Order: sequence, then C-alpha cells, then structure tokens
Amino acid sequence: MANLTIDGKPVEVEDGATVLQAAKKAGSAIPTLCYHPLLEPYAACRVCVVEVELKGKRELLTSCNSQVQDGMKVWTGSERALEARRLNVEMLLARAPAAEPVQRLAQDLGLSRSRFPVKDPEEKCILCGLCVRACEQVVGASAISFIDRGTERKVSTPFGEESEACIGCAACAYFCPTGAITSEDKYGRRVIHDEMYLGPTTAIRIPIRQAVPMVPFIDTSACIHFKTGQCQLCAKACDREAVRYEMEDETREVEVGSIILASGFETFDPRRIPAYGYGRYPNVITAMEFERLVNASGPTGGKILMANGEEPQAVGIIHCVGSRDENYHPYCSRVCCMYSLKFAHLLREKTKATVYDFYIDLRCFGKGYEEFYHRLLKEGTRFIRGRVSEINALAMTEKEEGKLIIRVEDTLLGAVRRIPVDLAILAVGLEPSLDHNRLAKTFNISCSQDTFFLERHPKLAPVSSFSDGIFLAGTCQGPKDIPDTVAQAGAAASEALALADWGKVELEPITAVIDEKLCSGCQLCVGLCPFTAIAMDKDKGVAVINDALCKGCGTCVAACPSGASFQKHFRDNQILAEIEGLFYDEAEREVHP
Amino acid sequence: MDNPKPKVAFYWCASCGGCEEAIVDLGQDILKVVEAVDIVYWPVALDFKKKDLEAMPDGSIAAAFINGGIRMSEQEEMAHLVRRKSQMVIAFGACAHLGGIPGLANFWDKSTIFRTVYHTTASTVNPEGTEPQRETTLDGHVLTLPEFWDSVLPLDAVIDVDYYLPGCAPNKDLILQAVTAILEGKLPAKGAVLAPNKSCCDDCARNKTKPEKILIQKVKRPHEVNLDPETCFLTQGVICMGPATRGGCGERCIEGNMPCRGCMGPTDQVHDQGAKFLSAFASLIDADDEGQVERVLGSIADPAGTFYRFSLPSSILKKKRMEAIR
Amino acid sequence: MSPENFEPRLVGFLCNWCSYTGADLAGTSRMAYAPNLRVIRVMCTGRVDPQFVLKAFQAGADGVLISGCHPGDCHYKEGNSKALRRHRLLSRVLGQFGIEPERFRLEWVSASEGQKFQQVCNDFTERLRKLGPLNLNGARGGSRG
Repeated sequence: MANLTIDGKPVEVEDGATVLQAAKKAGSAIPTLCYHPLLEPYAACRVCVVEVELKGKRELLTSCNSQVQDGMKVWTGSERALEARRLNVEMLLARAPAAEPVQRLAQDLGLSRSRFPVKDPEEKCILCGLCVRACEQVVGASAISFIDRGTERKVSTPFGEESEACIGCAACAYFCPTGAITSEDKYGRRVIHDEMYLGPTTAIRIPIRQAVPMVPFIDTSACIHFKTGQCQLCAKACDREAVRYEMEDETREVEVGSIILASGFETFDPRRIPAYGYGRYPNVITAMEFERLVNASGPTGGKILMANGEEPQAVGIIHCVGSRDENYHPYCSRVCCMYSLKFAHLLREKTKATVYDFYIDLRCFGKGYEEFYHRLLKEGTRFIRGRVSEINALAMTEKEEGKLIIRVEDTLLGAVRRIPVDLAILAVGLEPSLDHNRLAKTFNISCSQDTFFLERHPKLAPVSSFSDGIFLAGTCQGPKDIPDTVAQAGAAASEALALADWGKVELEPITAVIDEKLCSGCQLCVGLCPFTAIAMDKDKGVAVINDALCKGCGTCVAACPSGASFQKHFRDNQILAEIEGLFYDEAEREVHP
Repeated sequence: MDNPKPKVAFYWCASCGGCEEAIVDLGQDILKVVEAVDIVYWPVALDFKKKDLEAMPDGSIAAAFINGGIRMSEQEEMAHLVRRKSQMVIAFGACAHLGGIPGLANFWDKSTIFRTVYHTTASTVNPEGTEPQRETTLDGHVLTLPEFWDSVLPLDAVIDVDYYLPGCAPNKDLILQAVTAILEGKLPAKGAVLAPNKSCCDDCARNKTKPEKILIQKVKRPHEVNLDPETCFLTQGVICMGPATRGGCGERCIEGNMPCRGCMGPTDQVHDQGAKFLSAFASLIDADDEGQVERVLGSIADPAGTFYRFSLPSSILKKKRMEAIR
Repeated sequence: MSPENFEPRLVGFLCNWCSYTGADLAGTSRMAYAPNLRVIRVMCTGRVDPQFVLKAFQAGADGVLISGCHPGDCHYKEGNSKALRRHRLLSRVLGQFGIEPERFRLEWVSASEGQKFQQVCNDFTERLRKLGPLNLNGARGGSRG
C-alpha cells in the first residue's frame, strides 16, 4: 500500500495504482481525453498533467500512467498544472477544432480560441490512440494503427487499404471520444426501425424484455471473442462470473410417455408482397414491429415514432396481409382483425394521428370484441372496406410529398382512393413455425390443407393428433388467439396427464403379424415401416413386428413377396372374399364375371 | 411274385426335355429308384407306346410324373389318359406346375404365333403361306395333327393333380425326397407342393449382405452390371425373384452368379407370383417425385415377362386379353 | 348387356382415413353421383396388394380405383407413396396384358373432399362407359380353339 496526498487530502492506494486512480479515490477529478479504464494508458493527450512533489523534487507528470509512490504530494489544479493543461488543450483545439470533447475542455479552462494555425477545421481526430488500443487490446484484431510521423501522423489501416484483419465490430467507433470514427451500415442507412429488434443490438443480449428466463445469451456469430479470442469484456464486467464462453449446446435424451406439440407460429413475411413496399420504405412496418415500438421497454420507450423520429400524423393499418389470399394463404389468420383494432385504439391513445383501417371483413367474434369495435367507431377510426393494392411513395400532389400513398378500392364507396399516410402497419397473418415440417416428419403429424398440424377430429378430438400420446396445443394446430390457446393448452395437458394417470395404453387391434414359420428373412419389409415396427430376429432369421409400434397400415403385408405376413381383420382372404362378394350373382348363386 | 414293385410312369407335354434329364441327372441314385420301382411308361427313354398305356388297368400305376404345359389337344388327351391309369399324379417341373416358360406364349394367340413362325420371321421362306393343318391326306391316308390352342395351361387346369414338384427343372434332392416320400407313404396332404414353404432368401448366402433399407434407384439388367458374386442382387439394382420364389432348389443360379428367375413358383400363401413380386419391388423404389418413379420403372425392360416368366398361365389373369391381341 | 345400356362395374379401394371419410362426406352432403363404384375399405392404400386389383378384374370389374390420402398427408406417413409405386408398375404390366391404363386409376381424395369424390366417381364411370366392358378371357384364359 502507498500513502500520498492529493490536493492536501491523504489517500491510501494499493501499490501499482496510478495517480489518476488515486485522485479518483480522493475525490479530485482530473480531466482526460485519451484515457479509458479498460485500456492501457497511453498519455497521448497530456490533458491529465498534474504537479507532483516527491523527495523534494517538483515536476509535471501525466497522471494516467504515473505510478503512485509512498509520500507523494500531488496538486491537480496548481498554477503550473493548469498552465500546462491549458496549453495542451489549445494545441489540441488547433489540431482538431471540430472535436466536441476538446471544445468542452477548452471552455472549462477558459479558452475561447486557439492561437495556433488550423490545418483542417473539420478535423475531429485528436490522435488519442483509443481506437488503436481498443482494436489491439480488446478486440485482438490489430487492424488499425498510427502511421506516418509528425504533423502527418494519423490512424489508418495498413497502406490505407481495406484490411482483412478488420472484423467490422466497430469497437474503434465505440471507443472514439470525438466521433472521428463512425460506423456505417452497408446500405448507407441506420434507421430506428431496422432489424427485428428495431435497432442494432449487442452480441450478448437478453432476447426480448419478456424473455423467460430473463437471462442474456451470446450470439456467437456476432461476438468478438468467438472471432479473435480476445475482448471478454462482458465476462470482466460480470461480478458473479456468470459469463462462460466455453458453454456448449447440450443434447439430452429424455424418455417420455406423452408429448404436447406447441411449436407456435411465424408471421407471414410481407416481402412476399412487393406491392406493399415492406423493406423498401422504412415506414412500412409489420404488426410485430409495431408491437415492439409501442412496448414501454422497446427502443422508443413506447412512443410511436416514424423512421425519422417524428410522430406520424396519419397511420394506415392494412388487414389480411398474406391471409384470405389465393396467392399466399387462403385461410383467415383469426387474430389480425382484433390486434389491428387494438393498434387503432393505441394510436388514438398515444398520438393525434388519423387512423385508417383497411379491411375485408371485421372478425370480432369473441367476448367483448364487437363492443370494442364499436368503441373504435366512436373514437373516430376510419374504416375503409377494401383490399389495399399498393403502397408507394409516388406523390401526385404537393400534399402527398414525403408521404406513403395507400391505393385501395373503397368497395362501399365504389371508388379507388389514394390515402396518404406517414406510417403503414401490415397486419401480417400467421403461418406455422419455421421448423414445422421437420417436426411434422419427426413426430409423424399430418398437416391439414392450411399446412398447420391436423387434429384427430375437429369437434371430438381437437387437441389430439392421429398418433396416440402426441397432443397439439396452440397456433401450431391453427391460428388462434390467447384465450383459445390457453384453453387448448389446458385440454392438451389434461389429456396428457390422463394418459399417464391411466397407466395403460390401448393398442390397435388391426396390427400386422409375421408368421415365423413362413418368413424367409428376406428383410424387404424391415425398411418399409415408417414406424420402425419391424426388426430382424437375427437368431431365428425372421422378421418380427412390434405390436405396440405397429399402427396397422398393412403396407408391409402387401409388400411381403412370400405372403408370410397378414393384417388382422384385413387378411388377404377377407379382402378377396369382399371382392368376390361384390360380383356375387344372387340369382345364379355364384360369382358371375 | 410277392409284393410287386410299385409302377411308375413319366410323361411329357409342352416340354423342353429338361425335366426328363433331371431324372437322368439323379446319376447313381437313379439305380436306387429303378430298384425300388417299375417304370412302365416313359416315352423319351423307354419304348412303350400309347396303346400299352391304354391296355393297363385303370389306377394300376402308383405314381405318374407329368411334366410340360398343356397347349395342344393331344397333351390334354394324354394327361387324361395317364390320370385314369394312375392312383397319384405329380405335376413335375415348372411347366406342369405353373405353365412354365412356354406359358409366356399367353401374351399372344395361335394366329399371331403361327403368323410369326410360319410367315414373318426373317429366315422363313414360305411363299405359298403353308401352315400346319389339323388334317391332311397323303396316299389316301388321313393324317392328323393335334389342335394348337390359343393358351398354355398348367396341368391342374385339365386334370386333378395330387402333388407338385416345382422347379425348372426340379433339383435332384427334391426329386429324391419326393420319391422316397411316395415309397414310404409319408406324403403331406393332397395338393401340396413338395418343397419348403419359404422363399429363397431363407437359404441364400447373400441374404445377410442386404442393407437395412434396400433402395432401388435404377434397375439394371444382369448383362449391364459386373455382378458382384457375394452381394444380394437387389442391392446391386438387379431384379432377383428370390424373395417371391419358393426355396429348396439349392440356389444353383445364385451360386452361378445369376439372379433368381422364379422357376419354383410362389409360396403357398401367394395367389399370383408376379403380382406379389411387383408389389415388393415397387415398394423399394427410391424416388423424390412421381417423375423419378416413372424413370426408375422405365428402366425395367419387360415387367410382365420378367415377373411372370414361369407363372403366367397360373396367374390370376392367366393370359393377355384376347381382344387386345387381335 | 347391350352396348347402349352398358353399366361399368367399378371396384374402389378406399383408405379409411381420407378417401373413405371423403366418400362419407359426399354422402352426408347429399351429393348425387354415379352408383357404379363398389367400395372396399382398407386402412391405408399401402394395404392394397396388386393381387386384389387383378382379382377384381378377373371377378368382373371393368375398372379399378385406388383412392387415398394426398402425398405427404398419409395417416401412416408413407403408405400412399408405396401405393403410387405399385400402381405405376402394375399399370405397365396391365398394359402388357392388354388392359387399358384408363381402367386402373389412382386418385388422392382427402377427408374434406366430398366433392372431389363425387367428380372422380362420375368421371371414372363416364370414361369406362365409353371404353366399354373389359371382356377379360374366360376361366381357362382364352379359347381352346
């Protein structure tokens, strides 16, 4: 431990601490420009100079990289220190007049302008080296460094060319105190509505504000550590040592007796309808994106804003995007009308915007739904019955400039209208989740024509699949809203529990059987069974059917080339007798061809 | 004479003579047979005439082995005659059992066959268009030829058959077993086929080389592949009727590196060998879409002829639709 | 039966889950359609053995229909794809037997397609009426003479 005084205040710090750290502990603030607690000190800016007395000698030292010594006396704001600091800032001001932190420091020190010649009035770079140090020490890419000397010194990539070492992490921009380095998105724009989460996020993040468990995950495709092996700032920041880079995906096998499929839904991708301009116009957003926007923990804190950050004056909500459409999905997605009405209501509550609802039919089928619709009518939402044909930004009058034009046939008026809005919300329909097909194959679930999972019977068995023990719940079985999903989930859970509770399983009586006296072990049937119910008994050299797995389709029976197997209740002789029966001539008492 | 030896007869109908040779192929074992029985009628080997047969008392022959299919009136006549004279008739060989290879003529009729044989083949010189006639007169004598029918029939379509010895030709062991069983009176129920009731795969040395799932992506004919002598033919993409064919033949073809052609006929439970093999084979086709299925099937050169090579007359349809032949 | 009032006799193998239910739906919806199809229910079209088809023709059918679930929707996953393969190969073989491919038909009718079942029955009956009776050979498979 070392004992020293800072501005007359005694302070004790550990050996190896810098004067700057000691000053912070003592409560004396020393301004810095090129210092960052996560990086090695560089002492480039010379702004942190202090006057130090040790062993009778007095001198000026840069506090960020000077180690404390026992018995030191430090003055952070002595006349000599201030004079030195002021001169350094004056020089920096001449070098980088546009750098805001320098301007602020100058102001604090009472400097109005620099007497030194200015080379570039737009220059922001103060050659603090934070970017270079970050790239080397945190990121580990070392893609940029200082090049040239004297007045020509600047930060650059080797030879000023695009560097392969740069991983595009923008850490340099993050650490730059003056904004001399900016990161640019490839498409030249970074807007508030970009990407799923309405804005760029960090590689380690909590997926959504309502995530369960509320625990961050590391997106290894974006994480610097997984690219260069360095950084690890998140692990350093966590005092619970909860960040583990070595964690790997684990595959676990669990034996269960019943399964409930609740794989959910995916929203329709409106890019499939180019006429609606999603992806082309930043102010055309999907319902999901609007939900995020309106959420209090969202990027705008719940304020409804357009891409340029302003409040919209007119908003259009387009129903049936991807639903009730022969070209995309013929079915109705059930929830969109109600959530669109909800949006209309929220828009009226939070903004003064005029709200237009473009609908085909209004499906307000549930408890309180119709009443809610009437409330919206009273609130003044403008309902236009017609299918929107196009959203574009081609203004035809001065009033339409800068607006999105919604072209729609107003079927009640019998006319085509152009409605200018600032924001267009697409009420996208529901589709099965992305890995729906893989699940269908894995669990052998049939799908109905609308591609959702098919229930065993629409009225009598709405939560069962055709496979015993596998139940369906939620939107994977068809679009539905929350009350219906909850009800269905409860039903599926109780069916699954009842199955477990009963302790018995009913088997199909119409299974196939292989007569081992007749089976030659040709193995042709084994690979045919989609339920892997047939296996070879190697000792006996015959195929055997597992009665519990056999579902009774009879495919193996028809395929058996030596007729060694039969299907109970659908034997060859039974079916052949049926055929003969179809041609039985009553009068002649014989099969009469 | 005490305990006369049982009388035995052999007759051939529409036959290639291979079944007769199969008897001779018994080799030294034929001496045992000859010792135990009295052969009273065997046109190919012994000089007995029809009138000798007619002179025998009805039922005096213990067992008659008839080979060959029935496709002419004389063959049916003789079959009836032998049947009258015998206590037991055994349909000997694939032709008598199922119709055999001559049965493939059932894709045509008499007029088409005659037209080809006597008129249209490249090497035929028949400017007068002569065809065999039922009757002709020569030097005042009327000579007759048997009636040639539109169809080939298996033996049991014309007479009551007691047992069947399958194979083209039946193999030595099966023949000896049958003869021994007859002599010892240890035959199974009437109407039985005297060979095991399991398909060839049961005995086949290549059965264990089959993968868990056989996938047919293209069908190759035996001459199009360098046939691996140890792998199952189906796995090599070559049609082998083994799974649909009764075993007990000793797998001579397989050991000769040729796929089974189905000469032993189907197992007891199967009504139509060709249909059953078709069902099994089609089920193995590996294809992602209908077009691919059609392409794979297109690589089978002659499905009906291949699947019904020996069994066409005893199949469910028996013969090509006559209306479609003309 | 004279050619003018020839009524085709059709046999249909319908799978329990899709086509048989679809046929039921045609019935409960009171759809009228040709009565010529005689139905045999199997659990899956994969159960349909080519021997059944041949037997049906031999017993007197002028046409045979196999109808099952749409590809990908088979209640037993793949039974209908096996049925497709067998149908295609059997059709070729039937052709070699002189039986026109129109007489052996494979259709996919789902449980909700009552109308399609009606259309299939009507269409099949009509086509076969035009095609005429099968007139398969007699018991001995063709005349002796």
